[in-house]
Amino acid sequence: MDKYKDKARFFFEHYGLTERDLERYLGAALSAGGDYADLYFEYLSSTALSMDESMIKSASQGISAGCGVRVVSGERTGYAYTDDLSSDRILHAAKTAALIASAPARATVAGFQKTAARSLYPVTLPSVDAEISAKVELLMRADKTARGYDPRIKEVRANYGDELRNILVVASDGTFAEDSQPLARMNVSCIAKTEGNSARGTSGGGGRVALDFFFGDKNPEFFARESARQAILQLDAREAPAGEMEVVLGPGWPGVLLHEAVGHGLEADFNRKKTSAFAGLIGKRVASEKCTVVDNGTMPWRRGSLNVDDEGEPTQETVLIEKGILKGYLSDKLSSRLMGIADTGNGRRESYEHIPMPRMTNTYMLAGNDNPEDIIRSVKHGVYAVNFGGGQVDITNGKFVFSASEAYMIEDGKITAPIKGATLIGNGPDVLTRVSMVGNDLKLDEGVGTCGKDGQAVPVGVGIPTLKVDRLTVGGTARKDPGGFMQ
Amino acid sequence: MSSTELEAKNTKLQTDLREVAQDIVARAMKGGASAAECVVREGDEFSTLVRLGQVETLKESGSKSIGVRVFFGQRAASTYSSDFSKEGLDRMVKSALELAKITSEDPFGGIPDASQLGQLQGNLDLYHEDVYSLHGAARIDYARRAEKAALDFDPRIKNSEGGSFDAATGHKVLANSHGFVGEYSRSYCSVAAVPIAQTDEGAMQRDYWYSVARTLKKLDAPEKVGRIAAERTLRRLGAKKAKTATVPIVFDPMVSTSILEHIFEGINGDSVYRGASFLAGKLGQKIAGDNVTVIDDGTIPGGFGTAPFDGEGIPTRRTVVIENGVLKSYLLNTYTAKKLGLQTTANAARGLAGTPGIGPGNYFLQPGAKSPKELVAGIKEGLYVTEFLGQGVNLVTGDYSRGASGLWIQNGEITYPVEEITVAGNLKDLFFNISEIANDLEFRGSVAAPTIRIDGLTVGGE
Repeated sequence: MDKYKDKARFFFEHYGLTERDLERYLGAALSAGGDYADLYFEYLSSTALSMDESMIKSASQGISAGCGVRVVSGERTGYAYTDDLSSDRILHAAKTAALIASAPARATVAGFQKTAARSLYPVTLPSVDAEISAKVELLMRADKTARGYDPRIKEVRANYGDELRNILVVASDGTFAEDSQPLARMNVSCIAKTEGNSARGTSGGGGRVALDFFFGDKNPEFFARESARQAILQLDAREAPAGEMEVVLGPGWPGVLLHEAVGHGLEADFNRKKTSAFAGLIGKRVASEKCTVVDNGTMPWRRGSLNVDDEGEPTQETVLIEKGILKGYLSDKLSSRLMGIADTGNGRRESYEHIPMPRMTNTYMLAGNDNPEDIIRSVKHGVYAVNFGGGQVDITNGKFVFSASEAYMIEDGKITAPIKGATLIGNGPDVLTRVSMVGNDLKLDEGVGTCGKDGQAVPVGVGIPTLKVDRLTVGGTARKDPGGFMQ
Repeated sequence: MSSTELEAKNTKLQTDLREVAQDIVARAMKGGASAAECVVREGDEFSTLVRLGQVETLKESGSKSIGVRVFFGQRAASTYSSDFSKEGLDRMVKSALELAKITSEDPFGGIPDASQLGQLQGNLDLYHEDVYSLHGAARIDYARRAEKAALDFDPRIKNSEGGSFDAATGHKVLANSHGFVGEYSRSYCSVAAVPIAQTDEGAMQRDYWYSVARTLKKLDAPEKVGRIAAERTLRRLGAKKAKTATVPIVFDPMVSTSILEHIFEGINGDSVYRGASFLAGKLGQKIAGDNVTVIDDGTIPGGFGTAPFDGEGIPTRRTVVIENGVLKSYLLNTYTAKKLGLQTTANAARGLAGTPGIGPGNYFLQPGAKSPKELVAGIKEGLYVTEFLGQGVNLVTGDYSRGASGLWIQNGEITYPVEEITVAGNLKDLFFNISEIANDLEFRGSVAAPTIRIDGLTVGGE
């Protein structure tokens, strides 16, 4: 597939763009002054299939293309976009975005510096171009396995989606970066039923991978069994406890704790505006010395990885917390310039219709030295949470939640009964100070995370080793202490 | 541009898009489809954010997109595109016809019967071009005034995420192979403020307020929005954790709508036919207390959930969902109605791609007689919830566990703020434990509920 080998030519070949055109558009963007301007070209093709009641009920494909123009003048940003990639429309968008500035025109750029090529997701055939029959097969296999897992599994839904995003970013600072970003994901959800009782389970995975990924270890059978197992398990779940207690988080997806508790609060824009509970804490202790947390956009094939961010900057591994001490923020170009800090390559956006801002990539905690079994054994009365739904954070007061979908009681050092889903709530700037044990079993999630900020959704990854938090509030209904006031 | 010029421009645009939609349907039928449906969406948006008195962002743009759904007998597929060139549209139709080959025969698939199609007549008051009538500086001034009112309100308001003014218009065309073609435009404008308050010790709290309307004439003054935002933020300062307890909980209208949303999730046809809701199969049964009546009405002039027809071209209507606690109707589209052997309630929600989903019209809980103050006055010790964090709701089991913050009630009065707590229970009981419903129903979106009191939930804290 030669056309993908030279991905760098995508917009030049398909839309007849030339470097002269790009210079002209940037010139128009800076026609009223401004410190900086960039253009973000995007061509996104996607497929979505869904199986329900053992039928492929929905199949869709689509294409969305456009260009966003940004002009920055001091702390001000002007933005306009067009879904029509003709010269007229892009120039119109550039002039609209230019309205933010009010100064003499700036000299236009001459010559671009191409960002060095990198290949974190070297797929030969993007899944979006693969045979659709193979994708249908994935769903049929998932459906069959889930239904065969246990007669109590009554409903199975399986979804598959993929996309290929071609981008070109050019900027008045000479940036010139192109990338072709594949993304694929499958999900299986099950409902188990018995007389008078129901429960659900869900599992999925993927990454910036080709279709063959789903024919390896992480195949439809794997996700189907995992989904069905959770649904069956939940049939017997008892009430979750309520109140503060010891909580052990299993490895992998429970890393959503880091994403909510510290990740968002360390995005540079919130700290530049001093609206984050973490503002001014660089160099201070925000976690126990067992905790080292990084954001790493350079992991091959990962859902949260990118060769370059949406401002054309190469992604990197950024240490956020080192042995408990807050080291740095996640930055984009704007915050980097205004705060005088390094651009960490975290400028991301949902699409050409959106203004980029600092976002996470893959955020995880490095492995520690504790044996996971020892961690469980150390807990007298607490909760062991291994799977989660989503979470949310208020970055200003630091309060965050994440909702366990698979959890167990730990009693006298042993994992006992499964408990119903419950929300866990804590305070970001101090929850990690109560991490007393860190396992040697770091794991990243299976590749299903999507993060929302200011209405923009981007794919991300999370991970942790097994962790023990000495005190966290669990939002169940079962009262540990039946005293207190009742009305 | 004068208003007549604008109208002329709009009329021309609309006619063009109608023709495009009908043409796509015709092309799909010519390509062998047994039925087809096309949707075209076009929108413009303007937004500005002012922070600490300075313009931070200005955004202004428009876009349009098109989607087609085709049927070969009982097989369906859909495609969409933002490329309106002849080649782009050809490719979209061709791909849909190709894609339909791999989907399954679904005995309940298909577009609605011709006899069901139609649209409400008359002016539904959904579109006012005045949302764009302000010139650039005046728009910025709206945002600036909202923020300034918040910052000036109290010295403890020390920072801000800004004041904003947004305006948008959307235009939608739907056509299908039964000859239906309909279109409507909707407008929207809003002004908001997000102040941050700080204690002497440095602890920060943030909250917000906004006003939203279909016309500038109905938008609250930016000063009022800023002041309310400041009050809501200040009342959170100095929050502490609460003790774990089971106490009565009063839901502020900003969060009581979430209870209606859970009911919606539980009684929409998709959840019901899949058995993915504990409310499936409960039609005609008591699912809530006698005082609970829930209505969905897509026909209210000027409403945020109003449209002349639903996502499949069926006239919208008024549906009593729950009457005095008895589940009277699910909310359905054509597919889920057929699956359940019922009639559609015209709640189809059509995105660009995939099969139509289900969405509410103007969906609300009937108000009661007491004032919100009277609800609080009747509680000795309890929680007034102003915000929820996270999801934490499982419709299959009804399990309910959410992060929350709010104000503590003692002896019928609101006292100090509380945070980092959870509220948990099960929706099966919760709907029966809505012990009081206040009289303060106000639509701030398509879903609305007054202040309510719910008993029996567990507050998780220290």
